Amino acid sequence: MKTIYVDNNATTKVAPEVVEAMLPYFTERYGNASSMHSFGGGLVVDIRRARTQVADLIGARPEEILFTSGGTESDATAIHAALQSNPDKRHIVTSRVEHPAIKTLFERYQKNGYRVTFVPVDGEGRLEQTALLESLSDDTAIVSLMWANNETGVINPIDDLSREVRARGILFHTDAVQTVGKIPIDVSQNGVDLLSMSAHKFHGPKGIGALYIRKGTKFKPMVVGGHQEGGRRAGTENVPGIVGMGRACALAGENLEDVGTRVRQLRDTLEQALLQAVPRSMANGGQAERLPNTTSIAFEYVEGEAILLLMNEYGICASSGSACTSGSLEPSHVLRAMGVPFTAAHGSIRYSLSHYTTREEVDYIVDKMPPIIERLRSMSPFWKQATEAAMH
Amino acid sequence: MWEYTDKVKEHFLNPRNVGVIEDADGVGEVGSLSCGDALTLYFKLDADGRITDAKFQTFGCASAIASSSALTEMMIGKTLEEAEKITNDDIASFLGELPKEKMHCSVMGQEALEKAIACYRGETVPKPEGNIICECFGITDRQIEATVRDHHLVTIDDVTGHLKAGGGCGKCHEDIQAIIDQVQGKPMPIRSEAAPLTNLQKIRLIEETLEREIKPALHQDGGGIELVDVDGNRVMVKLRGTCAGCKASQVTLKKTVEAKLRELVSKDLVVEEVRS
Repeated sequence: MKTIYVDNNATTKVAPEVVEAMLPYFTERYGNASSMHSFGGGLVVDIRRARTQVADLIGARPEEILFTSGGTESDATAIHAALQSNPDKRHIVTSRVEHPAIKTLFERYQKNGYRVTFVPVDGEGRLEQTALLESLSDDTAIVSLMWANNETGVINPIDDLSREVRARGILFHTDAVQTVGKIPIDVSQNGVDLLSMSAHKFHGPKGIGALYIRKGTKFKPMVVGGHQEGGRRAGTENVPGIVGMGRACALAGENLEDVGTRVRQLRDTLEQALLQAVPRSMANGGQAERLPNTTSIAFEYVEGEAILLLMNEYGICASSGSACTSGSLEPSHVLRAMGVPFTAAHGSIRYSLSHYTTREEVDYIVDKMPPIIERLRSMSPFWKQATEAAMH
Repeated sequence: MWEYTDKVKEHFLNPRNVGVIEDADGVGEVGSLSCGDALTLYFKLDADGRITDAKFQTFGCASAIASSSALTEMMIGKTLEEAEKITNDDIASFLGELPKEKMHCSVMGQEALEKAIACYRGETVPKPEGNIICECFGITDRQIEATVRDHHLVTIDDVTGHLKAGGGCGKCHEDIQAIIDQVQGKPMPIRSEAAPLTNLQKIRLIEETLEREIKPALHQDGGGIELVDVDGNRVMVKLRGTCAGCKASQVTLKKTVEAKLRELVSKDLVVEEVRS
């Protein structure tokens, strides 16, 4: 069976060009970049090139890029550095719809005595900006806001927000893991001090990411014990990963336009066709500005895990905001924060497209989804009641 | 991704007995939309009180649908008395196995069956006793205590898997842990020999001792024990699982079971094994 992969916010296919770029570093060029001999030490040139490729994609300078193991480590490193460098400040700010990498981290700081503001969002997933700005004080060490939400694709106006926060002398971090490679980013034009990214979300390999640290930002390393990365992160460089991430960044830059136009149209086609074909369905955050590749559609009165497993029978790979898929019993905290009712939150499916998604694939999904939903609704004790109630 | 057995997948993809029985003899509804799963179960009886038909409607995940489907297959052909003995563990074993996070799906089946039978008999299923511990899912301390004991649960995740309790906001985790600790570790009070036990007290105490002190220990080795009868000071038990047929079982019986019962119930007790 063919695989129709529309789960690109979970991870992406590694681009063939990226694999090709990485291969020599697993075979003949396996040296340690810290070595004195040129067999290993020569690799600093390759690392430098990759660092420049990463920096170029987001408007940064190469020396502002720190390689990490991925988005989660970048987030933890950024917040750790900010709090260590500002030991007197005890207030930190984030939003209610963050990825667990930030959410859990902030909850832990809260347990350890920090005052945490979780800024709410509106029904479309848009940040309550007034609440954010009103929460800030001299005691605020850092504001961390995701650039775009992984479940709904809703975009925060990070350029404006970061300037506002920075003007108050407060550090600004953004988790841009879902954003890099999907929309243009230029940190030279905004107030972002720290930015997290992860290669596997844009056709790079897993296990490699980066943290952008604006020049002049105070920094304290989290991982110590080596001079690598200018002493900011100890540990032998993941040379194949770094080279792969560099190549993926260059490719992502080339494909930004395709994602912004062709992929966006495919997403719109998919969304509109599904909303039209399936009664009682809606797009979560559909009225907000969103990433061009993401749509989260709520199918009322059915449960997400069951939908995904029936989609799986047709080779369609997606994700759900349902509780049952995660093992927790609460549906997605993102959808709940938006006030999406339980009837819809449990049955929300996220389709996330990529540069590799084709029109044929979208048509195939549009063909297969309505009978799947109908089949589950015919089993649901609520469906008949709901439709009868609607008719009266 | 969950590791569902082939049988779970098969019952999810081809569920048996989906639908409604308009003139059902018994109907049981459990769960809600906010909980994430719900089941309505219908059955029809023949003149001899045997279940001739059962149907279900389920809102929920794959294992909820498969558990409902399995339950209807298990019910059909049974008398109500036979059907009411079906437990959530029976549903899970019928399907091979359920991931522990999904045990609550089989519990939902058992509850719907209880409700449907009570509906037929014109009874109402009594509200669970005790104080609500998990506010998200409305689960009481008594329910948690009984489940921890019956299924030998040791972690909060186990409890959440069976009852959903603790699976929401997580505020009740400390309370759940306290109940687990209490059930697992609470030493039995040593009884003074001064007041003789009535027969009923003796049997209850024997049962309690088996549940709290002996079953968990045997369970760790994959075994089990069941009280068959008490006649005077003779305690008749059946060994289960790996204990049954184990060469050391007679030693276990005397050294562990009898010794414990003599210590905590009455020094005159003699334990005998009943073989079926």
